[in-house]
Amino acid sequence: MSTFVYMTRCDGCGHCVDICPSDIMHIDENIRRAVNIEPNFCWECYSCVKACPNHAIDVRGYADFAPMGHSVRVRREEEKGTISWKIKFRNGTTKDFVSPITTKPWGEFIPKLAEADKPNQEEINSQRLYTEPEGLNIDGELPAVPKDSFKKGVYY
Amino acid sequence: MMSTNPFSALAENIPSVFIQGFVLFMLLLIFFGTVIQMIHHKNLTYFFRNAKKAKLSAEKKLGAGERAAIIAKTVVHDIATTAELGAGKRRVAHVLGMWGTILFWIASVVMIFCYTSIDVETPTLWPMMWHIGAIMTCIGGYWFWLFLRVDVLAEAHPWYRIIKADLFVLTLLACATTGLAWSYTQSLNLENRWDDKVFLILYIISNLALFGGVYWSKFAHMFYKPGAAIQKNLAEADGSRDNLPPLAEAPKQFGLGIKREQPKHY
Repeated sequence: MSTFVYMTRCDGCGHCVDICPSDIMHIDENIRRAVNIEPNFCWECYSCVKACPNHAIDVRGYADFAPMGHSVRVRREEEKGTISWKIKFRNGTTKDFVSPITTKPWGEFIPKLAEADKPNQEEINSQRLYTEPEGLNIDGELPAVPKDSFKKGVYY
Repeated sequence: MMSTNPFSALAENIPSVFIQGFVLFMLLLIFFGTVIQMIHHKNLTYFFRNAKKAKLSAEKKLGAGERAAIIAKTVVHDIATTAELGAGKRRVAHVLGMWGTILFWIASVVMIFCYTSIDVETPTLWPMMWHIGAIMTCIGGYWFWLFLRVDVLAEAHPWYRIIKADLFVLTLLACATTGLAWSYTQSLNLENRWDDKVFLILYIISNLALFGGVYWSKFAHMFYKPGAAIQKNLAEADGSRDNLPPLAEAPKQFGLGIKREQPKHY
């Protein structure tokens, strides 16, 4: 699969050119719109899809299932801090998901582990990760799965 | 200079019917260039196929009044202010260039068709509009060309690298610049010297390149982009949204996300 650009939506702003980790999103010399110059090298990271302010980039499915009408599209709303996904299945079922944007500005919010308090044994054994739950900016506790409910043989 | 109709002085040497014929010829070039491009690029086919697909996945049917309201809002908000470019320099430059060009063209047509007879005096409004329009086009266009173009800003190419996509903006800038230079040299009263004639010839050549190059250039984006904006907003309103998810109802703990940065990290 690889990305492609809806020409009617693209305005040639260059956000995808800037963000593409493979450097395969470029500006077309004839129409000054974004274009994936090497679809074989696209690893579907969705960086450009999310970065595009006009939702002009989509990801193409493989030829054997793309014509069956599925769709995976994403909308990034930075002012709300959300990434929304709409998954459309081939049978017409749709599912909507909303997640927070967890990316932080470059070089900021680097945990200073050396300055932090040493975790006690209880914290080490807990299911929480470093800075959780306060680092997640949520109210209340995180949901936890009791260990005795795990299936036998599953390692944690 | 600003209050003088440059075409009325021209009409003293060339019959106004020739000047008017030139304008009609340019309109014909736009028409044929756009139609041939539509046939070749299949833009209309794409638009209609997309509209049909959107209709199939629409969640609600829009009434005629609702559609008219959305189209009117799109024209006023999205098209007239180039909302798709977001808030920033690119939008300001585009709005300057777009409205400058519209004023420049409207004033040209009015002055050529209504005020090129010897016995008719041109109201100051039209030459003012023509000159201000040309100046706005130059400010927006050169700003875009030298600093804001994605080739320069995001791809780090030098400003003097010219590609096919530049045909529209460069010929438009040539029209506005040579038009202003022609009007200025005309106002100097150089007693039949060569200066204004040279700029007049350059002005004619740039117009021929701008309107004759519609098929090869991005000229027709001024027709397609409004169409695409209307289709996009209608799709948002009827729930099809080009398969995009709806706007998020963000829980309060999500907060402000990382701010989009300008694309210049080459």
